Amino acid sequence: MSAIATRRRTLPGFGLTMGLTLSWLSIIILIPLAGLFLRTLELSPEQFWAILSSRRTLNALRVSFGLAFAAACVNLVMGSIIVWALVRYRFPGRRLFDAIVDVPFALPTAVAGVALTSLFAEKGWLGAPLAALGIKVAFTPLGIFIAMIFIGIPFVVRTVQPVLQDLDPEIEEAAGSLGASRWQTIIRVILPSLGPALLTGLALAFARAVGEYGSVIFIAGNLPNVSEIAPLLIVIRLSEFRYADATAIAVVMLIVSFVIIFAVNRLQRWAQDRIPVH
Amino acid sequence: MTIEVRNLVKKFGSFAALDGVDLKVDNGELLALLGPSGSGKTTLLRIIAGLDWPDSGEVSFNGEDALARGARERHVGFVFQHYALFRHMTVFENVAFGLRVQPRAVRKDEAAIRARVKELLDLVQLDWLADRYPSQLSGGQRQRIALARALAIEPRILLLDEPFGALDAKVRKELRKWLRSLHHEINVTSIFVTHDQEEALEVANRVVVMDKGRIEQIGSPDDVYDNPATAFVHGFIGESIVLPVEVTGGAVRLGERQLNLTAGATASGASRLFVRRHDMLVGPPGSGAFDGAVQHVRNFGPVQRAEVSLFGGETIEIDAPRDKELRQGDRIGLVPRRYRIFAG
Repeated sequence: MSAIATRRRTLPGFGLTMGLTLSWLSIIILIPLAGLFLRTLELSPEQFWAILSSRRTLNALRVSFGLAFAAACVNLVMGSIIVWALVRYRFPGRRLFDAIVDVPFALPTAVAGVALTSLFAEKGWLGAPLAALGIKVAFTPLGIFIAMIFIGIPFVVRTVQPVLQDLDPEIEEAAGSLGASRWQTIIRVILPSLGPALLTGLALAFARAVGEYGSVIFIAGNLPNVSEIAPLLIVIRLSEFRYADATAIAVVMLIVSFVIIFAVNRLQRWAQDRIPVH
Repeated sequence: MTIEVRNLVKKFGSFAALDGVDLKVDNGELLALLGPSGSGKTTLLRIIAGLDWPDSGEVSFNGEDALARGARERHVGFVFQHYALFRHMTVFENVAFGLRVQPRAVRKDEAAIRARVKELLDLVQLDWLADRYPSQLSGGQRQRIALARALAIEPRILLLDEPFGALDAKVRKELRKWLRSLHHEINVTSIFVTHDQEEALEVANRVVVMDKGRIEQIGSPDDVYDNPATAFVHGFIGESIVLPVEVTGGAVRLGERQLNLTAGATASGASRLFVRRHDMLVGPPGSGAFDGAVQHVRNFGPVQRAEVSLFGGETIEIDAPRDKELRQGDRIGLVPRRYRIFAG
């Protein structure tokens, strides 16, 4: 450590930047998180366990994590196809579509929620034909799923796009001239090259969907045990002044999210080691 | 495998990359496509490989229509300028790729694939790199692996697109020799594209010189150097002195001065005289076709390069042997030992 710190560099900034990094991360991230854990310590282990194992909490966590994962998977597939079209083909309106991808980033989540709800409500443009088919979207878990897909798509597109842009189309030609079919080229050459970026996109879309509140609560219907997401349950507990309950759920969300992100990170590192950067 | 190309035309927008190209390649040949960038040489190579399609014309392999098949079915090995190795695969897996993607009915078993890859890595003398990734190799090593990968499918034809273009001069020289001896060993009909005349002349059995989508000359390396068919070939291959001359009924004039040269069959009118730098022999003033004064002399290894201003006004550079010393201000006469005059 001292060797790094004392070695002469062109730009003498190690001490300053390192100090700022550590204090900033502590103030912004670590201390609030520590507060969260401290708050749960007010509960005895039995109480803690009772809160978590209650039907309503378990269902809320299941809805949040389950749907978020499903939405991230859908985004992974659709996002990859969108990236492919945007990077590999030149078509009229390409720049417009490229910009549209960012809309879910920029739109206030409440606006997105209201828009999706009115669209998918029983009398909405999409809701009405779907209702005629017997499919109800608004105020059901399906609605949550759709809102999560909406907000997650840019994460996949924007992480995979630069990597695909970097991928030389010549490697596809090389695979073809070596006798690979299109399918073999995709499976054996393109997807493995994009692997780490796809994993990162999946993780980001998932994390975003798990934490999403604004757009989801409008369309969810918020029926306990059915379409109630964990962040909403936390808000409900807070409004009931049951702070310890709220923090207990929050801590579980935090730990699960952290474990998943960490696992994806490891997986990504492993994939990257197999493709050393040149 | 013989390759025959007939009247090939390919346009990109209004730009004609290939403008009616005819070419016959014999079995086992090592042919160079030589030309400046934009001459259409790479486009021609890619069409033969099936990576591009012509607007019109024919390509046949051993008399069989090749355009009816895609790249995948042509059994052509292609080596790219920037290697195009699969960076997520080891060297071994890169070379094995073509064997692994074969249809199940003809695919070799794992032991046979391993044996074949080993054999190829031995052939390119890089068996010790089997477990590395492409990013851990030098440029020259990458290109040899790319070549081994292309050879794995036992191609009927080997096509190389500027194979040494991305490498530094020293490695390039080594690989040239190596490619020639490799070709001697495996004897597959091969075409390589280059803009480097030295490379083409050193490696190939036959050289095809291209410019602006057309073939300017096809011939042996000696042929294109010693008997350039067109002004372009003379100017492109080897360093040439070019002087604007006027031909009138076989007599040649530079400005006001009548030159002691014959124009042969060149039609009367404005023409250009081409002479290789080392073909200008130095003599006493008044003894040759030109007279001039030495402006500047530099030594280049075995020769001295002199800048000479001719009394007609032009300045030329000549290469003279170093035994006869030239000095700045010397008045000399010049006789072109060999020269060509092209109309236009």
